[in-house]
Amino acid sequence: MNRSSKILRYVSRRLIQGIPIILAIVVLNFFLLNLAEGDAVDVLAGEAGSATPEYMEEMRKKFGLDKPLAVQLAVYLKNVIQLDLGYSFRHDMQVTELIIDRFWPTLILMVSTILLAVGFGILLGLFAAINLNTWKDSVVSVFALITYATPLFWVGLMMIILFSIKNDWFPTSGMENSAMFYEGFERVKDIAHHLVLPTITLSLFYLALYTRMMRASMLEQYGQDYVITARAKGVSERRITFVHVLRNALLPVVTMAGVQVGALIGGSVIVESVFAWPGLGMLAFESLFARDLNLLLGIFLLSSALVVAVNLVVDVVYCFLDPRIEVN
Amino acid sequence: MTDKLLQITNLDIVLPEGSERDLAVKNLNIDLSPGETLCIVGESGSGKSLTARALMGLLPAPHVRVEKGTIFFCGEDLTKTSEPRMRQIRGSEISMVFQEPMTALNPVMTIGVQIDEVFRYHADMSKSERRRRAIELLEDVQLPDPKQIVAAYPHELSGGQRQRAMIAMALALEPKILIADEPTTALDVTTQAQILKLISEMQAVHKSGVLFITHDFGVVADIADRVVVMQYGNVVETGTVDKVLNKPEHPYTKAVIASVPSLVPRAPRSRSDQVVLSGDKIQKKFGGGKSLFGLGKPNRFVHAVKDVTLDLRRGETLGVVGESGSGKSTLARCIIRLLDSDSGNIMLDEVDIRALNRAEMRPLRTKIQMVFQDPFASLNPRIKVGQIISQGPIIQGQSKENSETRARELLDIVGLDERAFNRYPHEFSGGQRQRIGIARALALDPEILVADEPVSALDVSIQAQILELLDQIRESMNLSMVFITHDLRVAAQVCDRLAVMRYGEIVETGATGKIFENPQHSYTKDLLAAVPGQKWDRKVAG
Repeated sequence: MNRSSKILRYVSRRLIQGIPIILAIVVLNFFLLNLAEGDAVDVLAGEAGSATPEYMEEMRKKFGLDKPLAVQLAVYLKNVIQLDLGYSFRHDMQVTELIIDRFWPTLILMVSTILLAVGFGILLGLFAAINLNTWKDSVVSVFALITYATPLFWVGLMMIILFSIKNDWFPTSGMENSAMFYEGFERVKDIAHHLVLPTITLSLFYLALYTRMMRASMLEQYGQDYVITARAKGVSERRITFVHVLRNALLPVVTMAGVQVGALIGGSVIVESVFAWPGLGMLAFESLFARDLNLLLGIFLLSSALVVAVNLVVDVVYCFLDPRIEVN
Repeated sequence: MTDKLLQITNLDIVLPEGSERDLAVKNLNIDLSPGETLCIVGESGSGKSLTARALMGLLPAPHVRVEKGTIFFCGEDLTKTSEPRMRQIRGSEISMVFQEPMTALNPVMTIGVQIDEVFRYHADMSKSERRRRAIELLEDVQLPDPKQIVAAYPHELSGGQRQRAMIAMALALEPKILIADEPTTALDVTTQAQILKLISEMQAVHKSGVLFITHDFGVVADIADRVVVMQYGNVVETGTVDKVLNKPEHPYTKAVIASVPSLVPRAPRSRSDQVVLSGDKIQKKFGGGKSLFGLGKPNRFVHAVKDVTLDLRRGETLGVVGESGSGKSTLARCIIRLLDSDSGNIMLDEVDIRALNRAEMRPLRTKIQMVFQDPFASLNPRIKVGQIISQGPIIQGQSKENSETRARELLDIVGLDERAFNRYPHEFSGGQRQRIGIARALALDPEILVADEPVSALDVSIQAQILELLDQIRESMNLSMVFITHDLRVAAQVCDRLAVMRYGEIVETGATGKIFENPQHSYTKDLLAAVPGQKWDRKVAG
């Protein structure tokens, strides 16, 4: 069997295996969230201020919250399998619709952050490793240390003060200027303009991580025997660095990047709040306080599916990067 | 001078400050002529590899560098040559083959690309011509199906094949000098014999000078024209192979040669009737599990131990010999219950220990103990030597005082100072650590010792000491021993009986003398034929 059909088989098998994993996560999340005190009705009633117990009971009945937990779970699972994530009473909208609406902003932010962090991290790490123990290496290391140690929200606020308030280069918040009703390319440009500050803020922390990792990985690979072999063949240092060492050094960085995509969704809550970015992180945060379990479960479901998918992508990329890994 | 390829004069190589000694190599003088094979032999740390690196201009600068002296290569002093010129020389005029063929090749590049680099950097050839040459080279080193191997990654080849590919790479541009740094140390004997043959054939074709670095006097005897013996960075003796091996003058050379185990088995001892350990049809498979949720085909599995039947008598040493992957270590681990075998029985004093669970096995652990191969990895670096030795008895319920007293006694028995008790393993050399490992195994007063390649990580003189120690202990404690080794020389000197393993099966068993004299199985014959230095052995034995 050739390689590409092997990979295809592998991907389809992994996708099938992903379904029970995601369902298991749904069940786990369902019970975890129900462990928390209070429900959506408590919150709604609390906000309305003058709800009678009878009225609350009626609302619970309406939302289906009066049934035993197992029944609620069974109903929920049945709906999930039919790709119906339920209804958010809080937002008065279908959860699916709500999530998809908020998913694109988060996806844009995540993808740009990952690209920026991994891309620049690799470049900076490479640069530091090539200039080992010189001032250039030190500058990169100090930069990495500072960005690693600085809290995200503070960076976000300082960015706004510096680049939005003092200098009016970038907008302070939001994803686009909806009042302008941009279309087509103009709209893309507008979103990109809004994207700059949140992306930089969110990626700085990860950038530091990848820089340090890439530098260490390069140095480790420089010490390997095959580097001496390459030198003994008379291969130039340039080729040793960029062909022999670089490809081997990338492997751990790619693994790490895959693992962190999941963490990024969590990390984006802060950045989304600071920049009022209308993404999933914000939505999850709000729905947690509103005890909007349907919505929260939906978000969790989407994130777990995303993590499963990203892991699969990383594994396939890894197969191409490292011939020793066999899809099996 | 002009007919010499290489002339090294008064070479000093400095080590970084704070090293064991100041100079890695001191006042080295060697030369090499075309078509000649010069062996540099020495034990670990003798400076032989750094000499080779210095020649290639590949010393780990800036800490290790040539301090003084000259290296003339065809009229050019390599110590003063510019880096670009050095790069030209490397790979085309002087090339090198390394010890570890797995790590010496880049794991993510195909063999073809790695051979191609030599041509790219040194020869003006079109892409298709370079590919054609690469395939030719792989043919020359007798690799099967060169067209496929060009596109293969290193991990897809066996150790011997990888080393052949390395040699192909090194010989791509018919270098004047080939430096081989322990090129066969990581290989099995039969593969080693093939690689040595290949190198000398290639040398005959290309008339290159070969600088062969090794620690193995058997190999030296087989391939060298001249020999340089190094110790602590000094050359202690040079001369023709005949002179150095048969009439050594320097005491160090004499001592090292004397510690090379002879291929003539030692005199047989009478065999006791008492069976202390017997295995019947032991089986062990690895892998073979189903994937998650039982989807897809079952995974591949390896049949590591196949129907092995053996018995060990009181006071006897049973050698299990075989090449890497033959299942000998797995067998040892099954016997001592570090691994659970799949079927069969292992009788230890009338008890089938295979059927016992962890708790039931624990009291029996005092009877059978193991000495491991790697004295560096098998001792916990965070635990003091005294604790390492006394832990076993304490677990078995003995008092702390008694165990510690016993530990001190044992340190004395294995020839270590009592002060070792409060030190950490890293403070000791390889040989000393192996002594600690032996003391640890002896702490429980075992009846049976399973030794898994206990000397293969050690230099030959240290190896002789450890073997002698094991022998003494066996005599004085009336131990029975299962001795796993790949080295037939060691086996000849240590074992009363041999079991030859291949692909998980025992192909032949018998008294050591009988097997050496008259091997029955074709594989045993091959193994014996591949041991380097046999002619020399016969000469020494008269």
